[in-house]
Parts: sequence; structure tokens; C-alpha cells
Amino acid sequence: MTEGPVTEPEREVIRAEGISKKFGPVTALADVNLHVRRGEILGLIGDNGAGKSTLIKILTGYHQPDGGRLLFDGEPITLKSVVHARSLGIETVFQDLAMVNDLPVYLNLHLNRELTHRPLPFLRRREMKRRAREALDSIGIRIPSVTAEVGMLSGGQRQAIAVARSVYSKAKLLLLDEPLAAMGAKESAEILRLLRGLKQRGDIAIILIAHNYGQVMDVCDRVNLLQHGEITFDQYAKDTSVAELLELVNAEYRLDGNADSG
Amino acid sequence: MSSRPLLLGVLQVKELSILLVTIAAGIYFTATSGAFNSTDNYQTIAQYVAPWSIIAAGQVMLLICGEIDLSAGFVFTLAPFMMMQFFVNGWPLWLALLGAIVVSTLVGLVNGLIRTVLAIPSFITTLGMAFLLQGLVLIISNARPVGVPKDSAVLDVFGGAHWTEFLWALGVVVVMQVVLSATRFGIHTQATGGNPVGAAESGIPINRVKVVNFAITSTLAGLAGILQGTRVGSYDPTNGGFTTMFFAVASAVIGGTALLGGSGTVAGAFLGALLLGIVFDGFNLNGVSANAFNVVLGAAILGAMVLNVSLIVVRKRLGSRERI
Repeated sequence: MTEGPVTEPEREVIRAEGISKKFGPVTALADVNLHVRRGEILGLIGDNGAGKSTLIKILTGYHQPDGGRLLFDGEPITLKSVVHARSLGIETVFQDLAMVNDLPVYLNLHLNRELTHRPLPFLRRREMKRRAREALDSIGIRIPSVTAEVGMLSGGQRQAIAVARSVYSKAKLLLLDEPLAAMGAKESAEILRLLRGLKQRGDIAIILIAHNYGQVMDVCDRVNLLQHGEITFDQYAKDTSVAELLELVNAEYRLDGNADSG
Repeated sequence: MSSRPLLLGVLQVKELSILLVTIAAGIYFTATSGAFNSTDNYQTIAQYVAPWSIIAAGQVMLLICGEIDLSAGFVFTLAPFMMMQFFVNGWPLWLALLGAIVVSTLVGLVNGLIRTVLAIPSFITTLGMAFLLQGLVLIISNARPVGVPKDSAVLDVFGGAHWTEFLWALGVVVVMQVVLSATRFGIHTQATGGNPVGAAESGIPINRVKVVNFAITSTLAGLAGILQGTRVGSYDPTNGGFTTMFFAVASAVIGGTALLGGSGTVAGAFLGALLLGIVFDGFNLNGVSANAFNVVLGAAILGAMVLNVSLIVVRKRLGSRERI
């Protein structure tokens, strides 16, 4: 059972109710209840094997849940595939970023959504460059040029472009899988600044999976802890602390006596 | 610094270095051989360049999306014999020619489907197809050449008249370069080779992209085979094969195509073929043996690869400086 903040239902983008998923004899998710609103960043934390990636794959239509239901914009929905989820506005930034290094920034931003001079099959490069520049400017991403090959950019810049691509494709729900995992302090700060800017726009709900609780507390409005396939903790960031989160995560690994006293 | 973007821009023109080497080779042979600069000799060079560049135009697409077609040289050999099969069975020549091209396309489709549906590497798939086609050609032809049908306006267009083979090559190169750099299919080809997982995550049908490129390569190889045999005046079952296929791949690689996929240009492959043609011809004029030509060819391939790799390193360095 989760307790904690209540939400305004009309601003909810996605709500999961009693989601469960088994792989053979292994229960990956037992009973997940979760929701996120427009203009909100939800931090999803949990140890390795807690079921975070299974949950993400259900929210993006890659896996179908065995039990429970999903509501999208308040309506019950069955996500048939990743393509279906994307058509609704559920975008994921995977750890591999789905970037093609040999292609310039503006083509990566339009990957598989290239503009052409219909009915002629030729690319509208100038228009794509213009829109790419606009999309990057609108969320405050600074790169030398939209014609630069992505392979020439830093990890942080590539991450920022992947986020920009999701926003540009009119995402309503943006899932970020460990976007800061391989990033230095300066680059992490840039991405966090970018996420804060997106929150300010108020039209996108964001779920951020991260291991660094300091960064989670820094940028998220609310924190959910996933343990053994259940959300065991749901609290506003301002009402909790890094120390409390660490305590919760570590508690299960202590000897029983210690856990009771702690 | 304003000079850095300029330098980056120049380095991005991968064709430039190969163009300079080609011009240098032309100047060298002009100086050493009196016969080099003549219309007749230009025609000789064009005869080398045409089949290599037509097949290379397809191989570039395949290499960019991370594949290769080792059987293209035997499609080159097979196509004219298929045409003659249809012709002696009473088809009009234009239809027989079209039929042979369609057969070539089908060979490519089979290659692509085996590669993608059964997940067998293209090296193995097309190696098997190569030997299969070689045997087939020898059976169909009884291992004997056949003469080209006389007085055919159709065949005049397809290699019979002077320069038509080379004009076809130019046309193919231009069209394929446009397909590669100015259409969604070209971008999807680059994405498929550059990051297959990411391309698939973006919804690009990477298997379909590969199958189409196998079909294109095979179609072009068949066309090149008919053009060349018609120009020479006889269809020869010992023509083409691995030699022609590898010259096409060598042209692509010397022209800047990455063997591991992701990048390359058709125009570069054409320049690669032109360089090989000029050197081949120049050595003939100067009486240098074919063995020495192979030494140069090998060195050129290695040199082109080293140049490619070091250019990438230099660009990375410049690119990272640019950010600060």
C-alpha cells in the first residue's frame, strides 16, 4: 500500500494501478501503483533487480503487464507496442540514446521523421536545420552547430539532443533511463538544468530513473522507491532527504535486529 | 577561431583527398607517356571505370548499411547469358534484357532475405551465392562465349555505341548519389549501418533497408555485365567474377567508404574507380606488368584506410576543441 501525496487527477498523464509482471517463475513486478502529472518530475529509485527496467518497459509498451491496468490521460489503455506508445506521446530516452554518430544533429533530431518535398522524395534539409535549431533553442540547449556530426559531440550534448528529440516529437510523458549514469558533474548539471526547464513549461510529465539520490532530490518533485516489485515509498522531495532514502534502501540488507532498531 | 570550422569543413569533403591523388596520377602519366592524353586512351580508361563504378555504386550502399555482396561479380557474368537464354527462346531483345535485369534483382532479393530472415552474415550468404552463380553460368554457357546479337538498336543504347557504357555509369553514379544523400531511404541506409539498434528503436525498418540495398546492388551488377559484354562484342563466362567484384569494393574503399558501415559516398567510389582505371591504364602504357599494378592496388587500399582512420581522429580532436 502506498501512502503520501495526493494528486490532481485532471493533470495526471499516466497512472498505473496494481501492475504485475512475471517472467516464468520470477516475479518482476508484484503490485505497482504509480502516477505522474504534467509539469512534474517523478524520481524512480530502487536497487538493481527491484524491477525498474521492467516497469519502464511496461510504461513504454515493450512488455504487457500480467495484471493491473494503465490509465493514460485518465482513460484506461492497453499499450500494444513501443510504436503505439510513442504515437500517444510516450517517449523514452534509452541509455544508448538511439543516436547515429555519422549523421548531423538535425538529421538525428528527425530520425525516421525526415521532412520531404512531397510528392517528391527529396529531403527538406534547410527546413529540418531550421526546425532543429528552433527545437534546441526552445529548451535552451547550446551546441556549436546543428550540422555537426553527433559523434563529434560530448556525452552530455548527445543526451541533451536525445531529450530535445523527445520534446520536439510532442512528448506528453518522457521516461529517462539513467541519463546521468556516465556523466561528469558539469554535464550532469546541464542535463538537470534542461529537465528543470522542461518542468517549467508545465506540459510534460517526466519519470527519471537515477542512482544518485542527491541529483534526484535536486531536480525531482516527488520520489518513488521500488522494492521487490512494489512502490514502497512515495513522498514529495521537500518532505524527505537523501539520508532517509539511503536508510530505506539499505534497511533491507541489514540484519533483522538492526533493521528493527533503525 | 574562424579557421577551425573551415578546416573541419574541408576535412569533411572525404572525396577531396582522393580527387587530388587522381589528378596527380593523371599528371604523372601525362608526363611519362605520350599516348596517355588521347581520345582513344580516354575511352580505354572509361572502359575500365564503367563496370567498377556501376557495381561500386551498389556496394557503397551495402557497405554503408553494414553488408557486402560478394556475388555481384557473378551476377555481372550471369546477366548477359540470361538475356541470351530469353532471346533464343523467342523473346524480343528488349524484353530479354529486361528479364535478365529482373533475374539479377531477384538474386539480390534472395541474398537480402537469407541475410535478414535467417540472420546469416552477408559474407557467408553471398559467398555461397557467388559459387552457385559461377557454376550456373558455366552450365548455361557450356563454358563458351557467345556473340552479341547483330544490328540491335536496343543493344546500341546498352553499350553497343561508343561511350554509352560510360554514360550509363555516370547516370548510375549520379542517381545513386542522390538516393544516398537526398532521400529518406539514403538517410535510413546510413542510420542502419551507423547504429542498427538505435535505428530500429526509432522505427526504421532496418531489414527492409538491407534487402532493398542487396536488390539494388545485384540489379546494377546485372546491368554492368550486359553493358560490358555488349561493348566488347561477346558475352564471356570467364568475365566478371570475384575480380570485378573486388575492384568495385576496392573503388568504394579507396573512395572513402567505411567497411564497418555508417559512412561513404557514391561519388567517392566513382573517383576510386577512376583512380584505379588511370593507374591500370598508365601502367599498361608504360609497360609495367600487371603484378606491379596489384602492388599499387594493395598499397592504395591500405593507404586509403589509414587516411580515413587518421582523418577521423583529426576531426574528433578539432571537434572536441571546438566545444570548449
